Formats: sequence, C-alpha cells, structure tokens
Amino acid sequence: MSYIELTDITKSYHAGKNILEKINFTIEKGEFFVLVGPSGSGKSTLLRMIAGLENVTDGILKMNQKIVNHLPPKDRNLSMVFQNYALYPHLSVEQNILFGLQAKKVSKKEQKKRLKETAEMMGLSDFLDRKPRQLSGGQRQRVALARAVVSEAPLCLMDEPLSNLDAKLRAQMRVEIRRLQKQLGLTLIYVTHDQVEAMTMGDRIMVLNDGEIQQVGKPITLYNEPANLFVASFIGSPKMNIGKAEVKNTSCFLINNTLSFPVGPILQEALKEHKDIVVGIRPEHIQPTTHHEATHSLEVVNVEQLGNETTLAFDVDGELWTAKWPGQWDIMAGHQLKVYISEEHLSFFDAQTKQLVRPASFNSQEEVQAI
Amino acid sequence: MRIPLGRKIVTYFLLSTAALLVFMPTLMAVVMSFMTNQDIMTGSFPSAFSLDNYRRAFEQFSLMHYVINSLFVSIIIMIGQLVLSSLAAYAFVFLEFKGRDFLFYLFIATMMVPFEASIIPNFHTIRDLGWIDQYTGLTVPFFAMAFGTFLLRQNFKQIPKELREASQIAGMGEVKFYLTVVLPVAKTSLITLGVYGFLTSWNMYLWPLLATTNDSVRTVQIGLRQLQSQEQMNDWGMIMSGAVIVIIPTLILLFLGQKKLQRGLTEGALK
Repeated sequence: MSYIELTDITKSYHAGKNILEKINFTIEKGEFFVLVGPSGSGKSTLLRMIAGLENVTDGILKMNQKIVNHLPPKDRNLSMVFQNYALYPHLSVEQNILFGLQAKKVSKKEQKKRLKETAEMMGLSDFLDRKPRQLSGGQRQRVALARAVVSEAPLCLMDEPLSNLDAKLRAQMRVEIRRLQKQLGLTLIYVTHDQVEAMTMGDRIMVLNDGEIQQVGKPITLYNEPANLFVASFIGSPKMNIGKAEVKNTSCFLINNTLSFPVGPILQEALKEHKDIVVGIRPEHIQPTTHHEATHSLEVVNVEQLGNETTLAFDVDGELWTAKWPGQWDIMAGHQLKVYISEEHLSFFDAQTKQLVRPASFNSQEEVQAI
Repeated sequence: MRIPLGRKIVTYFLLSTAALLVFMPTLMAVVMSFMTNQDIMTGSFPSAFSLDNYRRAFEQFSLMHYVINSLFVSIIIMIGQLVLSSLAAYAFVFLEFKGRDFLFYLFIATMMVPFEASIIPNFHTIRDLGWIDQYTGLTVPFFAMAFGTFLLRQNFKQIPKELREASQIAGMGEVKFYLTVVLPVAKTSLITLGVYGFLTSWNMYLWPLLATTNDSVRTVQIGLRQLQSQEQMNDWGMIMSGAVIVIIPTLILLFLGQKKLQRGLTEGALK
C-alpha cells in the first residue's frame, strides 16, 4: 500500500515533444524520496505535477489510493518549499508562517499554539516581528520550512530548497531538514540537481535524465550498482572514471590503450553478448601500493591536497582519470606513479545500450580498508 | 569629474537663464496675484502687497465650489483607474488564458490612439446615457487606462510566480491573493499611478468643457476660463490668484512624491 503512486505519467506542452515520458514509481509513507537529475531533466515539472501546479498530460496520479489528477493543490493536503522561498515580502515572519493557516481558517488559538511550537523548533522565536528582507539567507530558509511544518500536512514537497545558500550553511540545513523529516514522520519529496544532497539525504533516490527514469533505489545501490553509464557518472564525486575496453587477445584486454587487465571468466561470458564494452572505475579504487603489488603505472598531471584526503589526476591516453586517496600524500605532478587497480573493482557497461553488464564488487575487506 | 571654472560659469549661466525663462509665466502669475489691480493695469512694479484678489476669488467667483468639484472628479477618476488597471494587470499576469498576450498587445495599442480622436464617440455615448452635467459623465470615460494597466503589469510581473503558487497550495483564491498579496507588494506603483491619474484629471480641460453645460459639476479649469470675458475688462489679479490656487495640489504632490513618482514611472521601463 503505497502513499503516492505514479502510473505512466507523461507531460508535454503544446503537443510538442514529451518533457516526461511514461514515469512510473511509488513512494511510501514517511519516506524521504529524492528526485535528482541535471537541469532540464524534468524533475521540477514532475514535482509540480504532484503538487497540482501543472496539469498531468497523460497517466494516473494517485495519493492515498485516490486518483488526484484533477484535484486543485489546496485539496491535496501538502506543503511546498520553493527554491526562492516564496516569502511574502510585505508580511512579518509570524504572518508569513501563519499565512496558510489563515487561508485554511484554523482557529486563532490553534494558530498561536502551532506558531509557538514551530518557531521554537526552527529557532525563529526572536525574529517573528521581522520582515523577510531583514533576515539572512539561512533564516529565510527556516521561515520557509516553518511554513511547511506549521501546516501539518503529511506530505511535503521541496524544490531545490538549498541551492541559494552557501556551502557551509547548506551542509547544516541538510542535517536539519533530515532531522525534521524523521521527527515529524513527514513524507518528503525533494528535488535537487546536487548528487551530494541526494546521496546524503534520501531514503531512496530517483535519477532522471531527459524526462526518463534512469534508476530508482537506495543511495548506496545507485553508487555500487549504477544501472547505466549516466547514473554511473552522475552519482559520486569525483565522478567515476570511464574508459573504453578493447580485447587484444584471449588472455587480456586494454582500457584506453594503456591499462591492461587479464580477461576473467565473467568478462568472457559478457563479451559473447556485448560487442563493445565500456569500463568504469570509482576514484577510490585506484589505490596506492601500500597493501598491494603495483599493477599499473600512471602519469600524474595534478595533485589536490585536501588535508584529510588527496585527489590525484592521471592522464590515461588523453583522458583525465581521478583517484582519491585517504590521508596526505607527497606526490609531485608530472611523475609516473605506481598504483594498484583490481579487476574486481571494474564496472562493465555495454557501449551501445549504455546499460550495466557487471557491477564492481565491493567486498567487505575493501570496506574495512576504506575506513 | 572636475569641470573647469570657466565652463562651470557658462553652464550655470545658461541653465539659470533657461530656468528663469521657463518659470517666468508662473512667477508672474504668483506676483500678480498679490498685486492691486491698479498696479497690474499700469504695468508698474508692485507697490503694495495685497490679499484682495484671493478674497474676491472666493467671495465673488465661488472658486471653492469649482475646487471641490475638481477634487471630487479627480479622486473618483483616480480610484476608478486604480481599481480597473490593477484588476486588468492582474489578469494579464496571473491568469492564464488563450490569446492573453495578443489581447494585451491590442490593449496597449490603444495608447497610440490620442484622446482627441475618441472624444466625439465618447461624447455621443455619454449624451445618449444622459450623463451630460453629471459626475458620471466627467469620470467614467477615463476609468479604463491602457497606460496604467501596462505600468502595473510590468510591476506585477516582478512578483515571483512562486508567491501565487504558495498561496494556491495554502488554498487561497484569486481575489484574496490579489487583495492581500499583490496590492500590498505593488504599493509603490499604485501610489505612482494614483498621483499620475489625479494630476492628469485635475488638469483636464477639453472634456469637462464638453461634458458640462452649467456650473453645477464644472471643474476649476473651466471656471478659470470663465473669469476671462470678452466684453468687460479682465480682472487679471483675480484670474491669477485662481490660477495659483489651482496649481497648488500639483506642486504639493510633485514636491512630496518627486522621487517616488520618478522611480515608479521608470521602474517598468528599465527592466
């Protein structure tokens, strides 16, 4: 019994090209569901359709087992937080928070009670008399959240709510929103283009590109077993290194004409079905040779010292690959560096269909080492 | 930028002369309104300061009656324009309907038709309605205003769409949104438009002249004109004192709202 159900949802403007094409997914009650994708992928449109601000061109949208395709937004019992916060500039913080309640004709006593609770929860008690322009970005964001909280709607929609904040504040608000959602048991649909936000906040993530669902799943599943090349390169930072594989003979294959690997039984199997193979490897899987024998030697073109980790850039036959090593490494750019790459950590994709053939294996030994 | 002293002197001299030339008629009117008739007729400089002209303007000529008529007509036109323009602008910005943009362009295209061109059909209309010598005849034809709609539309467009959407989700209807959000947010532009509409109708001459046949609803501009007569000698002192009183509201509004008026009028144009 799912809370929100989308069946073959399609959206197009003026009978042109479809912006969203046959979208199917469900959201459970109390779930933190993230819609992520590059700009223009249709994620905001999808959210606005759930809110009732856009018409559904085709398909069925259900909430609580009821078809709500033509229900106006106010009858869908939801709250929404906008990217620009949509605060009323002429009203004080208090009036802004209570705005929706007045429209819904909640009693004055109840309004007062909810206002007090919400303001305390969001740390806004001292700012209730101020106008939005007298607040900082983070405080405005909190007012927008308070407005959603005070409505006590079981479903909350958020459209890139953090993209106007600076990096530090964003990290803090991420935690706050997550905590709020758990505390109130909200069902939350969250739209973002930032994969870090998606990974850190979502119970489940849906990756959208060009109006089509790429993959739906838990953050860690998307990271470990990306369904296709798009998800593989979209999720994870720095992004997954991608190279073209070429089989030289029966015993080994070459990636980007530089890195040679032995052909294992799995790959042999895969090669029978798929003509061209693209290989992906996560930056943390190009490892230093402290625990292992060196397998390859790569030319370092850039080194970024972050203090707790070191990001290295390699030149692999004209393409830039990155590696992320924990700790501090004294490496100079321009040198050849010996690294360890296990064949186990390679993900294989079909070059034509871009679909996953075999995911990388993340066995327990590696997890421990990563810590 | 530093301007050389010589050029500064020349520039300021030219500016002052031009300003004096432009302001001369007004200055003369003000000075003449305080002069005795004898001084005016002989064309000499004022020899005595007198408020006699003002007293006579109010007593003999019932200036107050005309001023009140003007005030009433101007305020009604201003309110009518604000209500209709803001409602039309709201529709052009927040309501979505087929042919909206076309209708809007048609709407502002009427700005190209001068008022004088529509004066005869307008006159026919109010005559057939029996609105001659009525306040309705003086005011209603000016309620619909393409410029005001245009000005407010540009201003409303700057209100983020999300505000409308947020209130939609909160369950607020169009009318309530218009009253509680759009109007307060667009306050500056409404004031600008109000002042503009008030001054324009205050200074109106041709239409009140056509639409009235007696003094009952006549505005002050027509009244002033009636002070000048062809047969008798004109009482210039009284005419000038009337004129000075007529320009007072304009001056007050300009001094108070100069900055705001300018900002409001250019706001839409700059974007």
